[in-house]
Amino acid sequence: MLGAEYLLFILMLSVFLGFELINKVPATLHTPLMSGANAISGITVVGAIALAGNGNADTAQWLGAAAVALATINVVGGYMVTDRMLGFFKKKVG
Amino acid sequence: MGIHMLIELGYVLASGLFIYGLKMLGSPATARKGNMVSAIGMLVAIVAALLDQGIVDFTYIVAGIVVGGAVGALAARMIAMTSMPEMVALFNGLGGAASLLVGWAALTPDANVFTLVTIVLSILIGGITLTGSLIAWGKLSENLGSGATTFSGQQIVNSLVVLGVIASAVMFALEPSNSMWLYLVIGLSLVFGIMAVIPIGGADMPVVISLLNSYSGLAACAAGFAIGNNVLIVAGSLVGASGIILTQIMCKAMNRSLSNVLFSGFASVSTEVTEVEGEIKPISAEDAYYILEAATNVAIIPGYGMAVAQAQHVVKELCELLEQNGAEVNFGIHPVAGRMPGHMNVLLAEADVPYDQLLEMDEINPRMESVDVAIVIGANDVVNPAAREIESSPIYGMPVINVADAKTVFVLKRSMASGFAGIENPLFYKENTRMLFGDAKESIGILIREFS
Repeated sequence: MLGAEYLLFILMLSVFLGFELINKVPATLHTPLMSGANAISGITVVGAIALAGNGNADTAQWLGAAAVALATINVVGGYMVTDRMLGFFKKKVG
Repeated sequence: MGIHMLIELGYVLASGLFIYGLKMLGSPATARKGNMVSAIGMLVAIVAALLDQGIVDFTYIVAGIVVGGAVGALAARMIAMTSMPEMVALFNGLGGAASLLVGWAALTPDANVFTLVTIVLSILIGGITLTGSLIAWGKLSENLGSGATTFSGQQIVNSLVVLGVIASAVMFALEPSNSMWLYLVIGLSLVFGIMAVIPIGGADMPVVISLLNSYSGLAACAAGFAIGNNVLIVAGSLVGASGIILTQIMCKAMNRSLSNVLFSGFASVSTEVTEVEGEIKPISAEDAYYILEAATNVAIIPGYGMAVAQAQHVVKELCELLEQNGAEVNFGIHPVAGRMPGHMNVLLAEADVPYDQLLEMDEINPRMESVDVAIVIGANDVVNPAAREIESSPIYGMPVINVADAKTVFVLKRSMASGFAGIENPLFYKENTRMLFGDAKESIGILIREFS
Protein backbone atom coordinates (compact mmCIF):
# COMPACT_ATOMS: atom_id res chain seq x y z
CA MET A 1 0.00 0.00 0.00
CA LEU A 2 1.35 3.38 -1.03
CA GLY A 3 1.49 6.30 1.39
CA ALA A 4 -1.25 8.93 1.40
CA GLU A 5 1.17 11.82 0.82
CA TYR A 6 2.63 10.09 -2.22
CA LEU A 7 -0.84 9.57 -3.72
CA LEU A 8 -1.77 13.21 -3.08
CA PHE A 9 1.43 14.27 -4.82
CA ILE A 10 0.45 12.22 -7.90
CA LEU A 11 -3.04 13.74 -7.75
CA MET A 12 -1.77 17.30 -7.74
CA LEU A 13 0.57 16.78 -10.69
CA SER A 14 -1.99 15.00 -12.82
CA VAL A 15 -4.70 17.59 -12.16
CA PHE A 16 -2.40 20.35 -13.43
CA LEU A 17 -1.31 18.24 -16.38
CA GLY A 18 -4.97 17.45 -17.18
CA PHE A 19 -5.92 21.13 -17.30
CA GLU A 20 -2.98 21.94 -19.58
CA LEU A 21 -3.71 19.09 -21.98
CA ILE A 22 -7.48 19.49 -22.20
CA ASN A 23 -7.30 23.25 -22.75
CA LYS A 24 -5.49 22.51 -26.01
CA VAL A 25 -8.25 20.28 -27.38
CA PRO A 26 -10.18 22.26 -30.05
CA ALA A 27 -13.96 22.75 -29.66
CA THR A 28 -14.60 20.66 -32.76
CA LEU A 29 -13.34 17.57 -30.87
CA HIS A 30 -15.19 18.11 -27.61
CA THR A 31 -17.67 15.27 -28.11
CA PRO A 32 -14.96 12.67 -28.90
CA LEU A 33 -12.98 14.11 -25.97
CA MET A 34 -15.91 13.43 -23.70
CA SER A 35 -16.55 9.89 -24.92
CA GLY A 36 -12.80 9.21 -24.81
CA ALA A 37 -12.78 10.49 -21.23
CA ASN A 38 -15.63 8.06 -20.51
CA ALA A 39 -13.40 5.26 -21.71
CA ILE A 40 -10.48 6.43 -19.56
CA SER A 41 -12.71 6.64 -16.48
CA GLY A 42 -13.28 2.92 -17.02
CA ILE A 43 -9.78 2.57 -15.47
CA THR A 44 -11.71 1.50 -12.36
CA VAL A 45 -11.63 -1.94 -14.01
CA VAL A 46 -8.02 -2.23 -12.80
CA GLY A 47 -9.12 -1.90 -9.19
CA ALA A 48 -12.12 -4.13 -9.74
CA ILE A 49 -10.04 -6.99 -11.22
CA ALA A 50 -8.07 -7.61 -8.03
CA LEU A 51 -11.27 -7.61 -5.96
CA ALA A 52 -13.15 -9.89 -8.37
CA GLY A 53 -10.37 -12.46 -8.31
CA ASN A 54 -9.82 -12.79 -4.58
CA GLY A 55 -11.42 -16.27 -4.67
CA ASN A 56 -13.14 -15.80 -1.31
CA ALA A 57 -16.68 -15.90 -2.74
CA ASP A 58 -17.42 -13.00 -0.40
CA THR A 59 -19.26 -9.70 -0.93
CA ALA A 60 -16.08 -8.03 -2.20
CA GLN A 61 -15.75 -10.60 -4.95
CA TRP A 62 -19.34 -10.13 -6.14
CA LEU A 63 -19.06 -6.35 -6.03
CA GLY A 64 -15.75 -6.56 -7.85
CA ALA A 65 -17.19 -8.76 -10.60
CA ALA A 66 -20.08 -6.35 -11.14
CA ALA A 67 -17.63 -3.44 -11.22
CA VAL A 68 -15.47 -5.27 -13.80
CA ALA A 69 -18.52 -5.66 -16.08
CA LEU A 70 -19.66 -2.03 -15.71
CA ALA A 71 -16.19 -0.56 -16.18
CA THR A 72 -15.53 -2.78 -19.21
CA ILE A 73 -18.69 -1.44 -20.86
CA ASN A 74 -17.16 2.01 -20.40
CA VAL A 75 -13.75 1.01 -21.70
CA VAL A 76 -14.84 -0.98 -24.76
CA GLY A 77 -17.87 1.16 -25.64
CA GLY A 78 -16.04 4.42 -24.99
CA TYR A 79 -12.98 3.70 -27.11
CA MET A 80 -14.99 2.13 -29.94
CA VAL A 81 -17.53 4.93 -30.26
CA THR A 82 -14.77 7.54 -30.06
CA ASP A 83 -12.90 5.79 -32.84
CA ARG A 84 -16.08 5.66 -34.91
CA MET A 85 -16.65 9.38 -34.43
CA LEU A 86 -13.07 10.41 -35.13
CA GLY A 87 -13.26 8.39 -38.35
CA PHE A 88 -15.82 10.94 -39.61
CA PHE A 89 -13.44 13.86 -39.25
CA LYS A 90 -11.77 14.50 -42.58
CA LYS A 91 -9.71 17.34 -43.93
CA LYS A 92 -10.85 19.11 -47.06
CA VAL A 93 -9.26 17.55 -50.14
CA GLY A 94 -7.70 19.89 -52.65
CA MET B 1 12.74 -7.97 -11.04
CA GLY B 2 9.73 -9.01 -9.04
CA ILE B 3 6.26 -9.34 -10.48
CA HIS B 4 5.11 -6.47 -8.27
CA MET B 5 7.67 -4.17 -9.89
CA LEU B 6 6.50 -5.26 -13.33
CA ILE B 7 2.89 -4.42 -12.45
CA GLU B 8 3.87 -0.99 -11.19
CA LEU B 9 5.89 -0.30 -14.34
CA GLY B 10 2.85 -1.35 -16.41
CA TYR B 11 0.79 1.27 -14.59
CA VAL B 12 3.43 3.93 -15.23
CA LEU B 13 3.47 3.05 -18.93
CA ALA B 14 -0.35 3.12 -19.05
CA SER B 15 -0.44 6.57 -17.44
CA GLY B 16 2.08 7.84 -19.97
CA LEU B 17 0.03 6.48 -22.85
CA PHE B 18 -3.16 8.13 -21.51
CA ILE B 19 -1.36 11.46 -21.30
CA TYR B 20 0.19 11.14 -24.74
CA GLY B 21 -3.16 10.04 -26.22
CA LEU B 22 -4.89 13.13 -24.80
CA LYS B 23 -2.12 15.31 -26.18
CA MET B 24 -2.74 13.87 -29.65
CA LEU B 25 -6.41 14.77 -29.25
CA GLY B 26 -5.25 18.38 -29.60
CA SER B 27 -5.62 18.23 -33.38
CA PRO B 28 -8.22 16.53 -35.59
CA ALA B 29 -5.40 15.18 -37.77
CA THR B 30 -3.87 13.08 -34.96
CA ALA B 31 -6.94 12.55 -32.79
CA ARG B 32 -7.88 9.09 -34.03
CA LYS B 33 -4.36 7.82 -33.43
CA GLY B 34 -4.44 9.46 -30.01
CA ASN B 35 -7.55 7.53 -29.10
CA MET B 36 -5.78 4.34 -30.17
CA VAL B 37 -2.75 5.21 -28.00
CA SER B 38 -5.06 5.76 -25.04
CA ALA B 39 -6.79 2.41 -25.71
CA ILE B 40 -3.40 0.65 -25.76
CA GLY B 41 -2.66 2.31 -22.42
CA MET B 42 -5.86 0.80 -21.05
CA LEU B 43 -4.89 -2.62 -22.36
CA VAL B 44 -1.49 -2.37 -20.67
CA ALA B 45 -3.15 -1.37 -17.40
CA ILE B 46 -5.60 -4.28 -17.57
CA VAL B 47 -2.84 -6.83 -18.36
CA ALA B 48 -0.79 -5.46 -15.46
CA ALA B 49 -3.79 -5.79 -13.16
CA LEU B 50 -4.27 -9.42 -14.25
CA LEU B 51 -0.68 -10.23 -13.21
CA ASP B 52 -1.60 -9.48 -9.59
CA GLN B 53 -0.49 -12.41 -7.39
CA GLY B 54 -3.52 -11.95 -5.17
CA ILE B 55 -5.80 -13.24 -7.91
CA VAL B 56 -6.68 -16.88 -7.33
CA ASP B 57 -9.83 -17.17 -9.40
CA PHE B 58 -10.22 -15.68 -12.88
CA THR B 59 -13.80 -16.90 -13.46
CA TYR B 60 -15.55 -13.75 -12.33
CA ILE B 61 -13.01 -11.45 -13.98
CA VAL B 62 -13.40 -13.15 -17.35
CA ALA B 63 -17.19 -13.23 -17.00
CA GLY B 64 -17.25 -9.50 -16.19
CA ILE B 65 -14.97 -8.59 -19.09
CA VAL B 66 -16.87 -10.73 -21.60
CA VAL B 67 -20.29 -9.40 -20.58
CA GLY B 68 -19.12 -5.78 -20.33
CA GLY B 69 -17.13 -5.94 -23.54
CA ALA B 70 -20.04 -7.37 -25.53
CA VAL B 71 -22.49 -4.76 -24.22
CA GLY B 72 -20.04 -1.93 -24.82
CA ALA B 73 -19.13 -3.02 -28.35
CA LEU B 74 -22.77 -3.42 -29.30
CA ALA B 75 -23.70 0.00 -27.90
CA ALA B 76 -20.78 1.68 -29.70
CA ARG B 77 -21.82 0.19 -33.05
CA MET B 78 -25.57 0.74 -32.78
CA ILE B 79 -25.71 4.27 -31.44
CA ALA B 80 -26.87 7.04 -33.80
CA MET B 81 -24.73 10.18 -33.68
CA THR B 82 -27.77 12.28 -32.75
CA SER B 83 -28.01 10.14 -29.59
CA MET B 84 -24.39 10.61 -28.47
CA PRO B 85 -25.40 12.84 -25.52
CA GLU B 86 -27.58 10.06 -24.10
CA MET B 87 -24.81 7.51 -24.53
CA VAL B 88 -22.23 9.69 -22.82
CA ALA B 89 -24.69 10.37 -19.99
CA LEU B 90 -25.32 6.65 -19.52
CA PHE B 91 -21.59 5.82 -19.66
CA ASN B 92 -20.87 8.49 -17.05
CA GLY B 93 -23.36 6.70 -14.82
CA LEU B 94 -21.75 3.30 -15.36
CA GLY B 95 -18.33 4.74 -14.49
CA GLY B 96 -19.81 6.17 -11.30
CA ALA B 97 -21.42 2.83 -10.44
CA ALA B 98 -18.14 0.96 -10.97
CA SER B 99 -16.32 3.37 -8.62
CA LEU B 100 -19.07 3.03 -6.03
CA LEU B 101 -18.72 -0.78 -6.11
CA VAL B 102 -14.91 -0.68 -5.95
CA GLY B 103 -15.03 1.72 -3.00
CA TRP B 104 -17.54 -0.53 -1.24
CA ALA B 105 -15.55 -3.71 -1.95
CA ALA B 106 -12.32 -2.08 -0.75
CA LEU B 107 -13.72 -1.87 2.77
CA THR B 108 -11.71 -4.12 5.08
CA PRO B 109 -12.00 -4.40 8.87
CA ASP B 110 -8.47 -3.04 9.36
CA ALA B 111 -8.87 0.08 7.17
CA ASN B 112 -7.34 3.27 8.60
CA VAL B 113 -9.12 6.64 8.76
CA PHE B 114 -7.56 7.97 5.53
CA THR B 115 -8.71 4.89 3.62
CA LEU B 116 -12.17 5.11 5.18
CA VAL B 117 -12.51 8.74 4.09
CA THR B 118 -11.51 7.87 0.52
CA ILE B 119 -13.91 4.91 0.51
CA VAL B 120 -16.73 7.24 1.58
CA LEU B 121 -15.75 9.71 -1.15
CA SER B 122 -15.72 7.11 -3.90
CA ILE B 123 -19.11 5.77 -2.79
CA LEU B 124 -20.52 9.28 -2.49
CA ILE B 125 -19.27 10.68 -5.81
CA GLY B 126 -19.92 7.38 -7.56
CA GLY B 127 -23.48 7.21 -6.25
CA ILE B 128 -24.30 10.81 -7.19
CA THR B 129 -22.80 10.24 -10.65
CA LEU B 130 -24.82 7.04 -11.13
CA THR B 131 -28.32 8.34 -10.39
CA GLY B 132 -27.63 11.88 -11.63
CA SER B 133 -26.51 10.44 -14.97
CA LEU B 134 -29.53 8.16 -15.18
CA ILE B 135 -31.83 11.16 -14.73
CA ALA B 136 -29.82 13.15 -17.30
CA TRP B 137 -30.06 10.19 -19.68
CA GLY B 138 -33.82 10.02 -19.13
CA LYS B 139 -34.20 13.71 -19.87
CA LEU B 140 -31.98 13.65 -22.97
CA SER B 141 -33.67 10.58 -24.44
CA GLU B 142 -37.04 12.05 -23.45
CA ASN B 143 -37.98 8.94 -21.52
CA LEU B 144 -38.53 11.39 -18.69
CA GLY B 145 -39.97 14.83 -19.35
CA SER B 146 -37.15 17.12 -20.44
CA GLY B 147 -38.43 19.99 -18.30
CA ALA B 148 -37.31 21.01 -14.84
CA THR B 149 -39.10 19.19 -12.00
CA THR B 150 -39.72 21.44 -9.04
CA PHE B 151 -42.01 21.11 -6.05
CA SER B 152 -42.65 23.18 -2.97
CA GLY B 153 -40.25 22.48 -0.14
CA GLN B 154 -37.61 21.17 -2.56
CA GLN B 155 -34.90 23.30 -0.95
CA ILE B 156 -35.73 21.88 2.49
CA VAL B 157 -35.76 18.28 1.24
CA ASN B 158 -32.43 18.81 -0.54
CA SER B 159 -30.86 20.37 2.54
CA LEU B 160 -32.01 17.42 4.64
CA VAL B 161 -30.53 14.96 2.12
CA VAL B 162 -27.19 16.82 2.16
CA LEU B 163 -27.14 16.88 5.97
CA GLY B 164 -28.03 13.19 6.03
CA VAL B 165 -25.21 12.35 3.61
CA ILE B 166 -22.65 14.27 5.66
CA ALA B 167 -23.84 12.82 8.97
CA SER B 168 -23.87 9.23 7.76
CA ALA B 169 -20.47 9.68 6.08
CA VAL B 170 -18.95 10.94 9.33
CA MET B 171 -20.58 8.14 11.33
CA PHE B 172 -19.28 5.59 8.84
CA ALA B 173 -15.71 6.87 9.21
CA LEU B 174 -16.03 6.73 13.00
CA GLU B 175 -17.77 3.39 13.20
CA PRO B 176 -16.97 1.37 10.04
CA SER B 177 -17.96 -1.93 11.64
CA ASN B 178 -21.61 -0.87 11.79
CA SER B 179 -22.78 -1.54 8.23
CA MET B 180 -25.93 0.51 8.74
CA TRP B 181 -23.86 3.68 8.15
CA LEU B 182 -22.41 2.22 4.96
CA TYR B 183 -25.87 1.46 3.56
CA LEU B 184 -27.07 4.92 4.58
CA VAL B 185 -24.19 6.58 2.74
CA ILE B 186 -24.90 4.52 -0.39
CA GLY B 187 -28.67 5.10 -0.27
CA LEU B 188 -28.48 8.82 0.44
CA SER B 189 -25.87 9.50 -2.23
CA LEU B 190 -28.12 7.76 -4.76
CA VAL B 191 -31.05 9.92 -3.62
CA PHE B 192 -28.87 13.02 -3.75
CA GLY B 193 -27.92 12.35 -7.40
CA ILE B 194 -31.60 12.26 -8.34
CA MET B 195 -32.49 15.39 -6.37
CA ALA B 196 -29.56 17.32 -7.84
CA VAL B 197 -30.52 16.75 -11.48
CA ILE B 198 -34.35 16.76 -11.54
CA PRO B 199 -34.66 20.56 -11.09
CA ILE B 200 -32.40 21.22 -14.10
CA GLY B 201 -34.14 21.80 -17.44
CA GLY B 202 -33.38 20.08 -20.74
CA ALA B 203 -31.64 23.14 -22.22
CA ASP B 204 -29.00 22.98 -19.48
CA MET B 205 -28.18 19.29 -20.00
CA PRO B 206 -24.89 20.07 -21.85
CA VAL B 207 -23.62 21.60 -18.59
CA VAL B 208 -24.92 18.71 -16.51
CA ILE B 209 -23.38 15.92 -18.59
CA SER B 210 -20.04 17.78 -18.68
CA LEU B 211 -20.14 18.06 -14.90
CA LEU B 212 -21.15 14.40 -14.44
CA ASN B 213 -18.31 13.46 -16.80
CA SER B 214 -15.99 15.23 -14.41
CA TYR B 215 -17.57 13.45 -11.41
CA SER B 216 -17.09 10.03 -13.02
CA GLY B 217 -13.37 10.85 -13.21
CA LEU B 218 -13.25 12.13 -9.64
CA ALA B 219 -15.02 8.97 -8.46
CA ALA B 220 -12.35 6.84 -10.16
CA CYS B 221 -9.75 9.05 -8.52
CA ALA B 222 -11.28 8.52 -5.07
CA ALA B 223 -11.45 4.77 -5.71
CA GLY B 224 -7.74 4.97 -6.57
CA PHE B 225 -7.04 6.41 -3.13
CA ALA B 226 -9.22 3.75 -1.50
CA ILE B 227 -7.20 0.91 -3.02
CA GLY B 228 -3.87 2.79 -3.17
CA ASN B 229 -3.50 2.59 -6.94
CA ASN B 230 -1.86 5.49 -8.74
CA VAL B 231 -3.01 4.72 -12.28
CA LEU B 232 -6.61 5.25 -11.13
CA ILE B 233 -5.61 8.58 -9.64
CA VAL B 234 -3.83 9.78 -12.80
CA ALA B 235 -6.56 8.63 -15.22
CA GLY B 236 -9.36 9.80 -12.92
CA SER B 237 -7.94 13.28 -12.48
CA LEU B 238 -7.37 13.66 -16.25
CA VAL B 239 -11.07 12.88 -16.78
CA GLY B 240 -12.02 15.14 -13.88
CA ALA B 241 -10.07 18.05 -15.37
CA SER B 242 -11.58 17.44 -18.79
CA GLY B 243 -15.13 17.54 -17.46
CA ILE B 244 -14.51 20.69 -15.44
CA ILE B 245 -13.08 22.53 -18.46
CA LEU B 246 -16.01 21.52 -20.66
CA THR B 247 -18.42 22.61 -17.92
CA GLN B 248 -16.76 26.03 -17.80
CA ILE B 249 -16.91 26.40 -21.59
CA MET B 250 -20.61 25.51 -21.66
CA CYS B 251 -21.45 27.92 -18.85
CA LYS B 252 -19.52 30.73 -20.52
CA ALA B 253 -21.29 30.07 -23.83
CA MET B 254 -24.63 30.44 -22.08
CA ASN B 255 -23.44 33.41 -20.03
CA ARG B 256 -24.52 31.69 -16.82
CA SER B 257 -22.64 30.72 -13.72
CA LEU B 258 -22.46 27.08 -12.71
CA SER B 259 -24.42 27.75 -9.52
CA ASN B 260 -27.09 29.49 -11.58
CA VAL B 261 -27.48 26.38 -13.74
CA LEU B 262 -27.47 23.99 -10.79
CA PHE B 263 -29.65 25.84 -8.33
CA SER B 264 -32.16 27.90 -10.28
CA GLY B 265 -34.62 26.37 -12.70
CA PHE B 266 -34.74 27.81 -16.18
CA ALA B 267 -38.23 29.12 -15.43
CA SER B 268 -37.12 32.30 -13.66
CA VAL B 269 -36.80 34.16 -16.96
CA SER B 270 -38.41 37.60 -16.91
CA THR B 271 -41.05 37.77 -19.63
CA GLU B 272 -40.55 41.45 -20.27
CA VAL B 273 -41.86 42.38 -23.71
CA THR B 274 -39.08 43.81 -25.81
CA GLU B 275 -39.98 46.33 -28.48
CA VAL B 276 -38.97 44.85 -31.80
CA GLU B 277 -39.07 47.18 -34.77
CA GLY B 278 -39.42 46.27 -38.41
CA GLU B 279 -41.41 43.59 -40.12
CA ILE B 280 -40.99 39.97 -41.10
CA LYS B 281 -39.96 39.57 -44.75
CA PRO B 282 -40.61 36.07 -46.06
CA ILE B 283 -38.79 34.79 -49.13
CA SER B 284 -39.55 31.90 -51.46
CA ALA B 285 -36.91 29.21 -52.05
CA GLU B 286 -36.77 30.27 -55.72
CA ASP B 287 -35.91 33.88 -54.84
CA ALA B 288 -33.42 32.67 -52.24
CA TYR B 289 -31.72 30.69 -55.00
CA TYR B 290 -31.10 33.84 -57.09
CA ILE B 291 -29.43 35.58 -54.16
CA LEU B 292 -27.34 32.49 -53.33
CA GLU B 293 -26.30 32.07 -56.95
CA ALA B 294 -24.73 35.54 -56.88
CA ALA B 295 -23.03 35.01 -53.49
CA THR B 296 -19.27 34.45 -53.29
CA ASN B 297 -19.05 33.99 -49.53
CA VAL B 298 -21.63 31.94 -47.65
CA ALA B 299 -21.77 31.12 -43.94
CA ILE B 300 -24.04 28.39 -42.63
CA ILE B 301 -25.08 28.58 -38.97
CA PRO B 302 -26.61 25.28 -37.88
CA GLY B 303 -28.54 24.64 -34.68
CA TYR B 304 -29.94 21.51 -33.12
CA GLY B 305 -33.05 22.00 -35.28
CA MET B 306 -30.94 20.97 -38.26
CA ALA B 307 -30.18 17.62 -36.62
CA VAL B 308 -33.83 17.14 -35.63
CA ALA B 309 -34.87 17.70 -39.26
CA GLN B 310 -32.07 15.28 -40.31
CA ALA B 311 -31.02 18.01 -42.75
CA GLN B 312 -27.22 17.71 -42.39
CA HIS B 313 -26.80 15.59 -45.53
CA VAL B 314 -28.79 17.96 -47.78
CA VAL B 315 -26.89 20.87 -46.21
CA LYS B 316 -23.64 19.21 -47.25
CA GLU B 317 -25.04 18.76 -50.78
CA LEU B 318 -26.01 22.43 -50.98
CA CYS B 319 -22.57 23.35 -49.68
CA GLU B 320 -20.91 21.41 -52.54
CA LEU B 321 -23.14 23.05 -55.16
CA LEU B 322 -22.31 26.51 -53.79
CA GLU B 323 -18.61 25.71 -53.96
CA GLN B 324 -18.93 24.46 -57.55
CA ASN B 325 -20.59 27.80 -58.21
CA GLY B 326 -17.41 29.51 -56.98
CA ALA B 327 -18.48 30.50 -53.49
CA GLU B 328 -16.51 30.04 -50.28
CA VAL B 329 -18.62 28.18 -47.71
CA ASN B 330 -17.96 28.00 -43.99
CA PHE B 331 -19.94 26.75 -41.02
CA GLY B 332 -20.20 28.81 -37.85
CA ILE B 333 -20.61 26.59 -34.80
CA HIS B 334 -21.78 28.02 -31.50
CA PRO B 335 -20.53 26.05 -28.46
CA VAL B 336 -24.09 25.26 -27.34
CA ALA B 337 -25.47 24.62 -30.82
CA GLY B 338 -25.90 20.90 -30.14
CA ARG B 339 -26.93 19.01 -27.05
CA MET B 340 -23.42 18.39 -25.75
CA PRO B 341 -20.05 20.10 -26.29
CA GLY B 342 -18.94 19.63 -29.91
CA HIS B 343 -22.07 17.69 -30.87
CA MET B 344 -22.81 19.75 -33.99
CA ASN B 345 -19.28 19.16 -35.30
CA VAL B 346 -19.71 15.39 -35.06
CA LEU B 347 -23.08 15.54 -36.85
CA LEU B 348 -21.58 17.60 -39.69
CA ALA B 349 -18.45 15.45 -39.86
CA GLU B 350 -20.71 12.41 -40.20
CA ALA B 351 -22.32 14.16 -43.20
CA ASP B 352 -18.80 14.46 -44.71
CA VAL B 353 -18.28 18.16 -44.06
CA PRO B 354 -14.48 18.61 -43.73
CA TYR B 355 -13.44 19.83 -40.28
CA ASP B 356 -11.47 22.79 -41.61
CA GLN B 357 -14.78 24.25 -42.79
CA LEU B 358 -16.20 24.16 -39.26
CA LEU B 359 -15.35 27.47 -37.62
CA GLU B 360 -15.79 28.32 -33.96
CA MET B 361 -17.83 31.38 -33.02
CA ASP B 362 -14.72 33.49 -32.36
CA GLU B 363 -13.34 32.62 -35.77
CA ILE B 364 -16.46 33.31 -37.80
CA ASN B 365 -17.61 36.53 -36.13
CA PRO B 366 -14.78 38.77 -37.41
CA ARG B 367 -15.39 37.43 -40.92
CA MET B 368 -19.13 37.99 -40.86
CA GLU B 369 -18.99 41.44 -42.50
CA SER B 370 -17.52 39.97 -45.67
CA VAL B 371 -20.17 37.24 -45.84
CA ASP B 372 -22.75 37.72 -48.62
CA VAL B 373 -25.32 35.28 -47.30
CA ALA B 374 -25.57 33.79 -43.81
CA ILE B 375 -27.95 30.82 -43.70
CA VAL B 376 -29.37 30.05 -40.26
CA ILE B 377 -30.72 26.49 -40.08
CA GLY B 378 -32.65 25.41 -37.01
CA ALA B 379 -30.80 27.82 -34.73
CA ASN B 380 -32.43 30.62 -32.80
CA ASP B 381 -31.03 31.76 -29.48
CA VAL B 382 -27.39 31.36 -30.56
CA VAL B 383 -27.89 33.98 -33.30
CA ASN B 384 -30.17 36.28 -31.32
CA PRO B 385 -28.85 39.88 -31.51
CA ALA B 386 -30.85 40.69 -28.36
CA ALA B 387 -27.93 39.16 -26.48
CA ARG B 388 -25.86 42.13 -27.63
CA GLU B 389 -28.41 44.89 -28.05
CA ILE B 390 -31.21 44.59 -25.51
CA GLU B 391 -30.11 44.88 -21.92
CA SER B 392 -33.42 43.72 -20.50
CA SER B 393 -33.25 40.48 -22.49
CA PRO B 394 -32.76 37.34 -20.37
CA ILE B 395 -29.95 36.25 -22.67
CA TYR B 396 -28.21 39.66 -22.61
CA GLY B 397 -24.45 39.14 -22.46
CA MET B 398 -24.50 35.64 -23.93
CA PRO B 399 -21.95 35.42 -26.76
CA VAL B 400 -23.76 34.89 -30.08
CA ILE B 401 -22.88 34.54 -33.74
CA ASN B 402 -23.36 37.96 -35.32
CA VAL B 403 -25.20 36.87 -38.45
CA ALA B 404 -26.85 40.30 -38.81
CA ASP B 405 -23.43 41.65 -39.90
CA ALA B 406 -23.67 39.63 -43.11
CA LYS B 407 -25.10 41.35 -46.19
CA THR B 408 -28.12 39.05 -46.29
CA VAL B 409 -29.41 36.58 -43.71
CA PHE B 410 -31.67 33.67 -44.55
CA VAL B 411 -33.45 32.10 -41.59
CA LEU B 412 -34.84 28.64 -42.29
CA LYS B 413 -37.65 28.15 -39.84
CA ARG B 414 -40.78 26.08 -39.54
CA SER B 415 -42.96 28.87 -38.12
CA MET B 416 -42.69 32.04 -36.06
CA ALA B 417 -42.64 30.28 -32.68
CA SER B 418 -39.94 31.44 -30.23
CA GLY B 419 -36.85 29.36 -29.45
CA PHE B 420 -36.22 27.01 -26.54
CA ALA B 421 -35.84 29.89 -24.13
CA GLY B 422 -39.06 31.49 -25.36
CA ILE B 423 -37.31 34.74 -26.19
CA GLU B 424 -38.31 37.02 -29.05
CA ASN B 425 -35.61 37.20 -31.72
CA PRO B 426 -35.11 40.69 -33.25
CA LEU B 427 -32.96 39.09 -35.97
CA PHE B 428 -36.14 38.08 -37.81
CA TYR B 429 -37.16 41.73 -38.10
CA LYS B 430 -33.83 43.12 -39.36
CA GLU B 431 -33.67 44.96 -42.65
CA ASN B 432 -31.35 42.37 -44.24
CA THR B 433 -33.13 39.24 -42.93
CA ARG B 434 -35.32 37.05 -45.12
CA MET B 435 -37.40 34.26 -43.62
CA LEU B 436 -37.56 31.00 -45.56
CA PHE B 437 -40.48 29.24 -43.93
CA GLY B 438 -41.01 25.50 -44.05
CA ASP B 439 -39.23 22.26 -43.20
CA ALA B 440 -35.47 22.93 -43.45
CA LYS B 441 -34.82 19.71 -45.33
CA GLU B 442 -37.49 20.47 -47.93
CA SER B 443 -36.45 24.11 -48.37
CA ILE B 444 -32.83 23.10 -48.97
CA GLY B 445 -34.06 20.37 -51.31
CA ILE B 446 -35.73 23.05 -53.47
CA LEU B 447 -32.53 25.13 -53.47
CA ILE B 448 -30.52 22.08 -54.57
CA ARG B 449 -32.97 21.39 -57.42
CA GLU B 450 -32.68 25.01 -58.57
CA PHE B 451 -28.90 24.71 -58.67
CA SER B 452 -28.76 21.46 -60.60
